[in-house]
Amino acid sequence: MKVFLKVWRQKNRNTPGTFKTYTSPELNENMSFLEMLDVVNEDLANNGEEPIAFDHDCREGICGTCSLVIDGKPHGPHRGVATCQTYMRSFKNGDEIVVEPFRAKAFPLIKDLVCDRKSFDRIQQVGGFITVRTGAAPDANSIPVPKENADLAMDAAQCIGCGACVAACKNASAMLFVAAKVSHLGLMPQGQPERYKRVKAMVTQMDEEGFGACTVTGSCEAVCPKEISLDFIARMNRDYAVALLKGDAKAATSGGAG
Amino acid sequence: MNLCQRIWNSSLGKKYVMALTGAALFAFVVGHLVGNLQVFGPPELINTYAHFLKSKPALLWSARLGLLVMVTLHIASAVTLSAMNKAARPEPYAGKAAYGSTAQSRYMLVSGLVILAFVLYHLAHFTVMLPGINGVGDFSKLTTTLEGHAVPDAYAMMVLGFQVWWVVLFYLVAQGLLFAHLGHGLASMFQSLGFRDHTWWPRIQCFATLASIAIFVGYAAIPLGIFTRVVGVDYAEQKKFELRDATLMPEKAPAAKEAK
Ligand code: HEM
Ligand code: FES
Repeated sequence: MKVFLKVWRQKNRNTPGTFKTYTSPELNENMSFLEMLDVVNEDLANNGEEPIAFDHDCREGICGTCSLVIDGKPHGPHRGVATCQTYMRSFKNGDEIVVEPFRAKAFPLIKDLVCDRKSFDRIQQVGGFITVRTGAAPDANSIPVPKENADLAMDAAQCIGCGACVAACKNASAMLFVAAKVSHLGLMPQGQPERYKRVKAMVTQMDEEGFGACTVTGSCEAVCPKEISLDFIARMNRDYAVALLKGDAKAATSGGAG
Repeated sequence: MNLCQRIWNSSLGKKYVMALTGAALFAFVVGHLVGNLQVFGPPELINTYAHFLKSKPALLWSARLGLLVMVTLHIASAVTLSAMNKAARPEPYAGKAAYGSTAQSRYMLVSGLVILAFVLYHLAHFTVMLPGINGVGDFSKLTTTLEGHAVPDAYAMMVLGFQVWWVVLFYLVAQGLLFAHLGHGLASMFQSLGFRDHTWWPRIQCFATLASIAIFVGYAAIPLGIFTRVVGVDYAEQKKFELRDATLMPEKAPAAKEAK
């Protein structure tokens, strides 16, 4: 099979970009979308043209590095599937496929289809962790966790931080990502001590990075390769409301001294 | 930072403001509908109700002030958040609307702004009673008697006002948009305030759909019922002559002199 690609090409952030069209070489329908791009790039390189820059790493749907908006939908035509797990058999011979980078102010473009998602790392760094001395591995069941919480926390922890939620949202809002990170720790006993501090820090950082706000359109949930639910955004809204009302805790005693 | 500042300076905080003020406006919309549906009763019913509201100025003005605050906060948070949302995607995609989103959710600001325009028109129409904009005449000249007192005739104002096709059309368009706004907004409100999980979300959506349909049917029934001559035809005919007499030049209509 062969496809026609309409790909966003942009040398760097300061040079305006445009769409360029390419005809793929003969493809195997069992190639992944990224393998298809590899083949196209090989062709381009052989013709002395600059290959198309795109992000990828694990190619098995677990790292969150691949991106791409394919025909208007981040991660291509399927539900709950990342770009690297999308195969050419999902397209027809002769299709025109429009490929764009994730677009958001907080995801500045680097080149072609590659954008800078470090804003997610910065959000994680202000609160997406728990502060404990790890030491030797504790006994597995020393801290009981209710089954429902464990299940929900696992659902939230599925987030691979790819940024498709931001890319899909008409407001380029990062709420689904932040909500998943806030919830997966907030649902576990180990996450309780920093629960409200965490949500406040992460939401504040999210706002500072220039993401938009949620208008409950549901695009994020619809494109998430891990099918993270909008329910988590409600959970984050709840926790954040409590955090706002509490305000910043003032040190009442010189606690550590004892 | 104090609490108000903390709320206003955060995106989630503004969503709480939008949701709470939206809930207050929804409560008003429901109350206002129940009041207005009395037009389907005899003229005295709604006139007594209107007179009751007018006779409690303290209550009336605190409600009006409260609503003004709610509307202002709702719009201020809507407009600032929308600006922030626009700024978050400086370069648009090639085509197609945001995947998986409904039109209702995408056009909340537009539906809201048309509703605002309608509310301003509606206030000028029936509250301020600007004569130039109703296509009928000077509504402030319409009076009736209740328990021996001359009071404004709200019933006549409605049955005459909704005989004008373009007024009816504008009311219906606005109500259609309110239906769209609430269909999304009422569910979104629960989400913004954090009341949602996988069992409640379908119920919340069901509530939002049913409530917005009920609001639409209720409000649309009033102008439509009058325009299709189901409600108040005879009364309107009678009042039409009184209004003409009261408005006409005094030498052409001697009756007007007596009315004064
Ligand atoms: C009768 C009048 C109105 C009622 C009952 C109403 C009700 C609501 C409700 C319940 C919400 C949901 C809040 C949330 O998302 O958390 C909402 C959202 C919203 N409203 Fe209104 N509203 C009214 C008028 C307006 C006006 C005049 C504007 C104009 C600027 C407006 C703009 C918006 C916007 C932009 C949203 C956010 C949409 C979203 O988050 O998805 N509304 N409204
Ligand atoms: S490349 Fe790792 S998830 Fe797609």
